[in-house]
Amino acid sequence: MLLGSATSVALDVSERLRGWLPFAQRRRAWLAALFLILFPLVAPFKALATMILIYGLYALGFNILFGYLGLLSFGHSALFGTGAYFCGIAIAHFGLPWWAALSLGVLGGVLAAAAIGVLAIRTLGIYFAMVTLALSQCLYYLFYQATDWTGGENGLTGVNVKTINLFGFGLDFVNPLVHYYVIAAFVIVALFALSRILASPFGAVIEGVRESEARARASGIDVVRVRFVTFVVSGAFCGLAGALLALHLSIVPIETMHYDTSGLAVMMCLLGGMGTFFGPFVGAAIFLLLENLVSLYTVHWQLIVGAAFIACVLFFPRGVWGTILQRSRT
Amino acid sequence: MAGLTLQLLGLQLFTGVALGALYVLLAIGLSLIFGMLTVVNFAHGAFYMLGAYVGLWLLMHGVNFWTALILVPLAVGALGLLVERTLIRPLYGRGLDYPLLLTFGLSYVIVELVRVAFGNTGYPVDTPDALQGAVDIGVGYFPLYRLFVIAASVVVLVGLWLFLERTSFGLIVRAGARDPQIVRILGVNVARVWLIVFGIGTGLAGLAGLLAAPLQGVIPEMGGPILAEAFVVTVVGGMGSLLGAVVAGLLVGVVVSMTSLFAPEMSRVAIFALMAIVLLLRPQGFFGRAGLMS
Repeated sequence: MLLGSATSVALDVSERLRGWLPFAQRRRAWLAALFLILFPLVAPFKALATMILIYGLYALGFNILFGYLGLLSFGHSALFGTGAYFCGIAIAHFGLPWWAALSLGVLGGVLAAAAIGVLAIRTLGIYFAMVTLALSQCLYYLFYQATDWTGGENGLTGVNVKTINLFGFGLDFVNPLVHYYVIAAFVIVALFALSRILASPFGAVIEGVRESEARARASGIDVVRVRFVTFVVSGAFCGLAGALLALHLSIVPIETMHYDTSGLAVMMCLLGGMGTFFGPFVGAAIFLLLENLVSLYTVHWQLIVGAAFIACVLFFPRGVWGTILQRSRT
Repeated sequence: MAGLTLQLLGLQLFTGVALGALYVLLAIGLSLIFGMLTVVNFAHGAFYMLGAYVGLWLLMHGVNFWTALILVPLAVGALGLLVERTLIRPLYGRGLDYPLLLTFGLSYVIVELVRVAFGNTGYPVDTPDALQGAVDIGVGYFPLYRLFVIAASVVVLVGLWLFLERTSFGLIVRAGARDPQIVRILGVNVARVWLIVFGIGTGLAGLAGLLAAPLQGVIPEMGGPILAEAFVVTVVGGMGSLLGAVVAGLLVGVVVSMTSLFAPEMSRVAIFALMAIVLLLRPQGFFGRAGLMS
């Protein structure tokens, strides 16, 4: 009886959601922007909220490739890390202004993606994950050994930005709330850009290639080029995320390039829901909150997170957000 | 330098072969599992690490090295059987990425469990008494243990080859790698074959871990870099090809040891450059079949 009423309530909710969803779908970037503006008011720590922003953007960039194009990369730390190092080096070694450093960060992500993409796109399917992993490991060693530029094992220090100069206004970047909103502004711009890309004919082509390569090819689409361009676009988003991380932390740890950071994108994306617009952010939030919560009780938080991930692969392959979406559609 | 070069080259070549032997054991396991199950085992590095730790645990409890050499692959392989049966089997037919993702999550769990049991810091592992010292191999004195690693790998490979070529079960494995559907139609219980192949593959990874332990010690993170290197070997050799795994494994081992002789700062990057060249010239690898990867 109780179960019956619960189901009817659920049905009722999904009934209402059905009218709500198309609207949310059309206005997804606005909704996300609104949420990110209100988010620090509910989030316990501004630093954690900022990390969710940055890693959410990183997972978003990964999701373009994995969720929308269907290519599983295990080398995204190279894109993220190169973005972070380019931005960090621009500030720490050359004293460039923040906007130039951020642009260089995006460029770094694009260059790393192009370099890895040229080689990895030649092999597909099952090879792709292995080749991207190996190539990102190669970049990791290169950055690790270029101690003069990257600080090697100790990471790159001295990425200090105290004020953000914006058309004559100086924003106090040390204030955590201002700090959050500056980074949120970039993430919101990225969200609008992504929404625009996905709604464009190219966005349709990306998903078309995922659904059926043969059909896309028969429609006259250069599948290899689509894959390469998507990889590079993904690199731009991840590069921006890396650059924001460098600004946020004032240091670029070598772990940014590490294989574990690639795995992070995979986990966040799958936990949240691959191929959905909000999924990566939901995944990043769940992952980081879980990490923070579990590490209060035990240092072995990876055990819990790993087990949660396995459960997700086995039982909820659509992830949290993807499952919510699916439930509300049927 | 001039007088030493030839001797040094020879010794370094043997060092490379010893390292390559470990790569071969890992890559053969990866390749067998992929060839049969079309599963890329991202937990392969974790099984390797686990092999080293199980070995360490056995040695600490007074088991001698030779017994550990038998017990470790059996223990790690048994865990592999369990993993395939309970975690991977539900995922067949759901796309190639899911088993891969699952084994990736599993590697996290295994590494963390080892940290729980043994702590975050590594341990050195003593070379067994009988294998200490060096022997003259014609070009100079070479550590006996490394020679043993080469010999042990050869024995395992010959055994595996006989198993695959001379037994009816091996025939099924080879047929299954070529076309699992036909094999199933012929009435073979493919699920059981897959289970055993996964066990063999993980067992080999465990054995490689144990063999590597006296060379470099054990640490929970030891599986990460070696996984990337084993992937390089499989990509260079050709996924699903056992001969490719052997040739590429030895080649990669020699490339690593030679670059660490001539340009030590490039030794970690060299094999990735090798992979990049192979990908540009022959994307399916030395012995891979074109089309397998799509």
